[in-house]
Amino acid sequence: MAINRRTFLKAAGLTTLAGVAGHAAMELLTPGALEAARPESVGRFPEELTAKRWAMLIDTEKFTTAQTFQRCIDACHVLHNVPHIPGDKEIKWLWTDSFKHVFPDQQHDLIPEAIKNQPFLALCNHCDNPPCVRVCPTKATFKRDDGIVMMDMHRCIGCRYCMAGCPYGARSFNFWDPRPFIANIDPYYPTRMIGVVEKCTFCEDRLARGQIPACVEVSEGAMLFGDLDNQDSEVRRVLRERFSLRRKPSLGTKPHVFYLI
Amino acid sequence: MYNAGKIIPGLLIFLGLVTFPFWSNLGRAYDVPELVMPEAEEECVLAGDWMRANHMILLDDWRDLAVRDNKRLFTNDAGKRFDMSLTKTCLSSQCHANKDTFCDRCHDALAITPNCWDCHVVPTIGEE
Repeated sequence: MAINRRTFLKAAGLTTLAGVAGHAAMELLTPGALEAARPESVGRFPEELTAKRWAMLIDTEKFTTAQTFQRCIDACHVLHNVPHIPGDKEIKWLWTDSFKHVFPDQQHDLIPEAIKNQPFLALCNHCDNPPCVRVCPTKATFKRDDGIVMMDMHRCIGCRYCMAGCPYGARSFNFWDPRPFIANIDPYYPTRMIGVVEKCTFCEDRLARGQIPACVEVSEGAMLFGDLDNQDSEVRRVLRERFSLRRKPSLGTKPHVFYLI
Repeated sequence: MYNAGKIIPGLLIFLGLVTFPFWSNLGRAYDVPELVMPEAEEECVLAGDWMRANHMILLDDWRDLAVRDNKRLFTNDAGKRFDMSLTKTCLSSQCHANKDTFCDRCHDALAITPNCWDCHVVPTIGEE
């Protein structure tokens, strides 16, 4: 049987119509039946800590000894299987740096010697306007509704745009398989693999299970963590009473790590 | 046909090579791997038959829900609740504590190498 153009177009149009209408009818009559129907449900732990906008406060006056810094850094790095790699290919979630590097905008010749020589804790600032999220081509890094700038290691392709975008140097790249550089691997937190970027996540997995971030927990009050959106929260109360700095405010990233001076 | 003496044997050799996986395995039965089931747990998070075929889909769903939507609590149709975590739930010492005799036996038999363990740590790794 010879088929002419007119018959072909009619048949094709009818088939398309039937397909679209059939699917729509199925959706109307039995919603969700076309997707695999599963009766189970997913949700959140009842003990989860929630906030509209998480923020961290670092009381620089309470960080007086090297042990205080080390305790916080160790708590973080041990818990998250952060490898210890010396040199310029280091991996760091929480680290210390000098005043002139942490607060380059505040730098001048007459800063007191004590402050000039004092180390300051540095970590991901979980910005309101995170440049790393804007440049990530795979949405491996994204901002959650509660302000946490999160990393999805499964999606990271290791392009390192985020490292170029981050003005705080908060991101580290795995040039090698990190496992040989981890002294004691904690099996309940994944390591990373070669070729992905990692950083602090405000301990989002601990928050989900009702625990505050590990560094805050061991800091003995030198760090605070709470909801910036809640007027009555402790972080808001302290920010009302004490003078605080944020890193590189002129860039407009709106960091949510505050340094109490 | 021109050059039939070369083309026809060539085609036969080509077909033989392409179908090699099929005829080389003819008559050989697939040995279903013997899996060691957990002692402490009777039931999986979902029905065993479904899990056997679709566990990778469940794990992918759990992964995305936990990382991207911050949803980590799974309630199955029997109302039992689970932490949506490969290492804390599936591979915990209470359940599939031995990856070698559970996950790997099937994956090896089917020549599959999932990349989960590039990052996720088998909890018993420190005890070996």
